[in-house]
Amino acid sequence: MTNAGKIGRPLGRALAHIFLIGVGAFFMSPFLWMVSTSLKADDELFLWPPKWIPSTILWSNYPDAIEYIPFFTYLGNSLLIALLATAGVLVSCPIVGYSLARIPWRGSKALFAATLAVMMIPGQVTMIPIFITFKHLGWVNTSIPLWLPAFFGAPFYIFLLRQFFMGLPKELEDAARIDGAGEFRIYAGIMLPLCRPALLTVALFQFMGSWTDYQGPLIYLSEESQYTMMLGVAAFRLQHGAEWQMMMATLVMITVPVILLYFFVQKAFIRGITFTGIK
Amino acid sequence: MADAHPAAVRPSAATKASRKSKFETRLRRFGVLFALPWIVGLLLFNLYPLVASLYYSFTNYSILEPAEWVGLDNYRMLLEDGTFRISLYNTLYFTLFFVPLSIVIGVGIALVLNLKIRGQSIYRTLFFIPSLVPPVATTIIWLWLLNPQFGLVNYWLEKVGIPGPAWLGSEAWSKPSLVLMSLWGIGQSIVIYLAGLQDVPQDYYDAAEVDGAGPLLRMWHITLPLITPVIFFNLIMGMIGALQNFTLPYTLTNGKGSPANSMMFLVMYLYINGFGYLKMGYASAMAWVLFLIVITLTAILFATQKRWVFYQGKE
Repeated sequence: MTNAGKIGRPLGRALAHIFLIGVGAFFMSPFLWMVSTSLKADDELFLWPPKWIPSTILWSNYPDAIEYIPFFTYLGNSLLIALLATAGVLVSCPIVGYSLARIPWRGSKALFAATLAVMMIPGQVTMIPIFITFKHLGWVNTSIPLWLPAFFGAPFYIFLLRQFFMGLPKELEDAARIDGAGEFRIYAGIMLPLCRPALLTVALFQFMGSWTDYQGPLIYLSEESQYTMMLGVAAFRLQHGAEWQMMMATLVMITVPVILLYFFVQKAFIRGITFTGIK
Repeated sequence: MADAHPAAVRPSAATKASRKSKFETRLRRFGVLFALPWIVGLLLFNLYPLVASLYYSFTNYSILEPAEWVGLDNYRMLLEDGTFRISLYNTLYFTLFFVPLSIVIGVGIALVLNLKIRGQSIYRTLFFIPSLVPPVATTIIWLWLLNPQFGLVNYWLEKVGIPGPAWLGSEAWSKPSLVLMSLWGIGQSIVIYLAGLQDVPQDYYDAAEVDGAGPLLRMWHITLPLITPVIFFNLIMGMIGALQNFTLPYTLTNGKGSPANSMMFLVMYLYINGFGYLKMGYASAMAWVLFLIVITLTAILFATQKRWVFYQGKE
């Protein structure tokens, strides 16, 4: 009686597990195959039938892969862009969301409507004029275009944070105002700390977005010394397409940290995703 | 109110009122000040580029020389451009297969997960992990899996007696391959569906059970209708995302769209024209065609919403 979907019969339960294990295998095997390949010697790559566990586990593929490509250059470039862009949205979006949610001012409703409307515009429409503007500023071939706009707000995060601020009780500001706190102090000292979970979600989304972005760096960066991890990995494939063990070792190194991050802040991930989907 | 009959108001109330309005003016100023970064961002990175790209779409513009007005020429050229037509076809093909499949499979998995069976969170993690893999990494992993000679997929197919196709190397199989590897990353929507399912109130099921409805009937008449808003949301977002498909086909084919343009997509062709050939006007026209497709399809879906999406009344 505790749950509606509960299957009383053990047969149904077993069928559900069989289904989930089967589908789970589809989702996990590419991932495990990547790890397996990353530990193989090159003469075991093309065995038929394929071998899941290499006869000798070659950990040295990892340091070799790092040597093979300017790994730390790519890593540094990617991290710099991702961290600056994350800092950007954390500085700009909460304060705008707060203004839209908690301060009555003429035009705030119109601004909110515009915020919702611009979410509909595909990035490709605005991409070209923005590129041309940055070109005139001489910032093409630098990473500036990839993080600077973040400091001017992103509609989706503003929307998300506005919804969050709307849910906080009104008494908080009133009490602070009676105590003589200034508006900025009310925002930064009282309201901002309360939306820590929403901030974590926004930070996570932006970091992941910048870290995995391919199109942006492709448009703005053309010198190898400026490549992000994603550009670097794509270029690596074109140059050394047959050395699967090196590529897979690189891929493990760029995906596993993100997955570990997921396990640490799983709640924030799930909350963020479900929030975007249903609220 | 204070202005209407000032004589009748006691002095202390008057100062209070003026203090209050002074406070409100100050507050309003802070409201604008706080929103300022986004007001600038909205103008600079959204509204200006929107207008500018519409303007560019009526010009010949290579950045190197000033834009030259050509009227509707770019749009006319698009109609005659065979590669554009193929890219449009491929984009719609991908959207038409990927989006419905992702919904059916996503909802199906979420329904089974929602049976509250043991290990639910472990399964959920299994499905979710691939969606954390960057698209560039996804392409390389699947290029290896779908390798016609040495790939794991064709090995498995061979084991069950099916000769594996050439996958990404074949004109007929390249787009299905793309759909397959895109489906690998639908973990996020599974999580969204699951959350939607967990929001369905228990009373509904209890009432249905009293009325003698079995599990399948309950699923069809209660669960599915109640998660239609979530499905609708995923349909819209999935469609918009699929129409903008870029990173997967671009990195898979190194921007060539091969074999035989079977992997040429709208945004890829746009990118090639804009940033490869510096045909910014032509590329802008394509961006607007894409925008119009997005708007039209979204409007159509919203129009059908009344027939199949059920929103629970909010008290």
